[in-house]
Amino acid sequence: MSRRALLGTALVLVLVLAGCGGSAGGSATAPSDGPAEPGGTLTVFAAASLTDVFPGLGEQLEADHPGLDVRFTFAGSSALATQVAQGAPADVFASANESQMAVVTEAGLADGEPQVFAANVLQIAVPAGNPAGVTGLADLAREELTIAVCAPQVPCGAAAEDVFAAAGLEAAPDTLEEDVRAALTKVELGEVDAALVYTTDVTAAGDAVEGIDVPQAERAVNDYPIAVLADAPNPQAAAAFVELVRSDQGQQALADAGFRTP
Amino acid sequence: MRRRSEPGVPLPLLVPAVLAVAFLVLPLAGLVLRTPWAELGPQLTSPAVGQALRLSLVSATAATALSLVLGVPLAWVLARSRARGRSVLRALVTVPLVLPPVVGGVALFLVLGRQGLVGRWLDQALDVTIPFTTTAVVIAETFVAMPFLVISVEGALRAADARFEDAAATLGADRWTTFRRVTLPLVAPGIAAGAVLCWARALGEFGATITFAGNFPGTTQTMPLAVYLALQQDPDAAIVLSLVLLAVSVATLLLLRDRWLTRAVR
Amino acid sequence: MSLAASVRVDRGPLTVELDLEVADGEVLAVLGPNGAGKSTLLRVLAGLLPPDDGRVAVGAETWDDVPAGVRVPAHERRLGMVFQDHLLFPHLSVTDNVAFGLRTRGRGKPAARAAARDWLARVGIAELGDRRPGRLSGGQAQRAALARALVGEPALLLLDEPLSALDARTRLTVRAELRRHLGEFPGSTVLVTHDPVDAMALADRVVVVEAGRVVQAGTPADVSRHPRTDYVARLVGLALLPGTGEGTTVRLDGGGRVAVAEEAAGPVFVAVRPESVALWPARPEGSPRNVWPARLVSATPHGSTVRCELDGEVPLLADVTAAAFAELGLAPGTPVWASVKASDVAVYAR
Repeated sequence: MSRRALLGTALVLVLVLAGCGGSAGGSATAPSDGPAEPGGTLTVFAAASLTDVFPGLGEQLEADHPGLDVRFTFAGSSALATQVAQGAPADVFASANESQMAVVTEAGLADGEPQVFAANVLQIAVPAGNPAGVTGLADLAREELTIAVCAPQVPCGAAAEDVFAAAGLEAAPDTLEEDVRAALTKVELGEVDAALVYTTDVTAAGDAVEGIDVPQAERAVNDYPIAVLADAPNPQAAAAFVELVRSDQGQQALADAGFRTP
Repeated sequence: MRRRSEPGVPLPLLVPAVLAVAFLVLPLAGLVLRTPWAELGPQLTSPAVGQALRLSLVSATAATALSLVLGVPLAWVLARSRARGRSVLRALVTVPLVLPPVVGGVALFLVLGRQGLVGRWLDQALDVTIPFTTTAVVIAETFVAMPFLVISVEGALRAADARFEDAAATLGADRWTTFRRVTLPLVAPGIAAGAVLCWARALGEFGATITFAGNFPGTTQTMPLAVYLALQQDPDAAIVLSLVLLAVSVATLLLLRDRWLTRAVR
Repeated sequence: MSLAASVRVDRGPLTVELDLEVADGEVLAVLGPNGAGKSTLLRVLAGLLPPDDGRVAVGAETWDDVPAGVRVPAHERRLGMVFQDHLLFPHLSVTDNVAFGLRTRGRGKPAARAAARDWLARVGIAELGDRRPGRLSGGQAQRAALARALVGEPALLLLDEPLSALDARTRLTVRAELRRHLGEFPGSTVLVTHDPVDAMALADRVVVVEAGRVVQAGTPADVSRHPRTDYVARLVGLALLPGTGEGTTVRLDGGGRVAVAEEAAGPVFVAVRPESVALWPARPEGSPRNVWPARLVSATPHGSTVRCELDGEVPLLADVTAAAFAELGLAPGTPVWASVKASDVAVYAR
């Protein structure tokens, strides 16, 4: 019994717990004194690609509002959307694509229209020095190279499919990675010659990885929507956070990390 | 499978035992209850699922075979040799048990990857690359699952009466003959139990596999990987796939138990 | 194929240092208490334990020679060994167990099996060859183990407490059979036991080992009649009293005097058989010259009599009938008088 059962078990446990976990956790002791200062605990569910940006903004918000405690859960957007749909006690959901946000809005769990606050485009990541001499998307169709692309089930994989389709190319991947960071890790280790990842990932990887722009990627720009959740235990702080993300300061932080801003 | 007629199980044992059963069985029951049975047929007959399932069974079996070939001798060394540093060796053997499998996958890269210590040489001298191949799946599964075999076989060897080996020596058997004709049959039940554990662990292996072998249908996408990816998009499909994997593994183990295990244990 | 061994083994606090010679066809019993080093000796002879010093030779072959750096591994020694709890391989049939040694030494399967069956017939269990050892009685298993040890025609036969795991009745019959096979065996035999009856019944010669050393050696009759240590004396059921001979009196080292029938001089042992000791509630009148006050320490049933351990100036063992025991009203601590005729006391030089 192990991982096989573990996966299943974890899955079921999530489902079981979700049934009775609607009001548990989060413990948002929302401020009692009306629309004054945001306080208590703010829980933000954010796409994994925001790992390098959001904590800085969270600290900023905590500094602005003493007594506020901001907590982040970073994971794949689809996993987070599933958790929100199962009643996880989050205040804000920031998704890496619109389809996963749609899972939440269609279930009536978002408070108002989600706002697009950033966008990410795909870029080719190659190991430092580009040992295989990759120049463009066409190289990712070469059988003799070792190529990593995200699996079509996850957002970066879906985007990659669109890009290849737009370019009229048949990709020749050796592995369909479960998320974009896993693809990037393999570039960093030099185990693949190239991978199609997000610009932000290339930025985050620093010197270990070089990025090559892909013109065709403009056909598959990933918009990042953010929304306050309808059942947010701390709606006031949630609104403040969304506001901060969309402010000049927030947009600058996103741009520094390689995101495009609207 | 003898049944005791004695009725009384002491309460302090009964209560935790019932809880344990509930703890282990309820999640499975939940899985079964939540299964969208209508999807079962299409999923079962889908070539992608068949491919992943076949790859899982083949690679887990190959990993178990490899673990037997390498792990049983290692267990013998741990249990029987008087070499110094055995406790250190034993601790090292159990490392894959505590190592997060994903880290194990990265570690495998560092040794067997294209840029790895051994892998670089394999790549340049022999033009052999291991990552992203079915071989890599087997290696990743072996890395994670072999300790289960080693530990259970070592336990069996320690429990076995070493004086049988003395008796064999007085009958003209050298250590290798003794190992083959006396020790191995004596600990056969322990080896069988270890092999089953190892196989089950290999069948469910996820982290090291997806890291070291990647994920590509037909060559490296095993069932756990398929389940994980299905979960990203369609939780119902993931449940069905989990159930298929569960059913196949349980059926296999039951079959083995009937055919072979009970005989070995007797 | 005679055995000549002179070995030293250091086993923690115990140093085993023994010299043995066993002629062809001879059976040597090594008798001693638990922990005396008997099994260590057998393991050394079998090659299962390397000696720290010394030599082991069988016939013209040297098996161990520590100074010369010679060591023949166990599996290359032509020996057969029978263990206390038979150690038949549980996963093999009885026939295959017996054939095992022939197979490892290169005999073909049919030939080895045929020879095994012959030997099973010789030890009287021909019909049990197809069974697994788990389905044999203790006596049958030990017979099979003997066949397994002898089928390879070893030069040296080692028997490690071969009868001690058997119940009393089985032990009698297996002992008789073992005696017959040992009589036919042309090589040397070393029998390790803590049961004097085994030693008496099976051995040509006995060495008594205590704390790793030989304390006495001789024929079984000699050892049992003239024990030299308290252990042997108790083993053969004698009270052993060291003393100094002064004519027909022996002054005991522990105090007191014993009258003896034969004249003795210098350091001697006095041995008293329990059945020749009589107990009295009060000092007896009349002839006995050896009368001592004593106190009962313990009493254990011993066949049809009760063996009484006595403490006093002269420590003794006494066998009395159950009726007499009851009549005397004996209980631990009861004071009694013990008497022995001078003619019933054995005396021999130390």
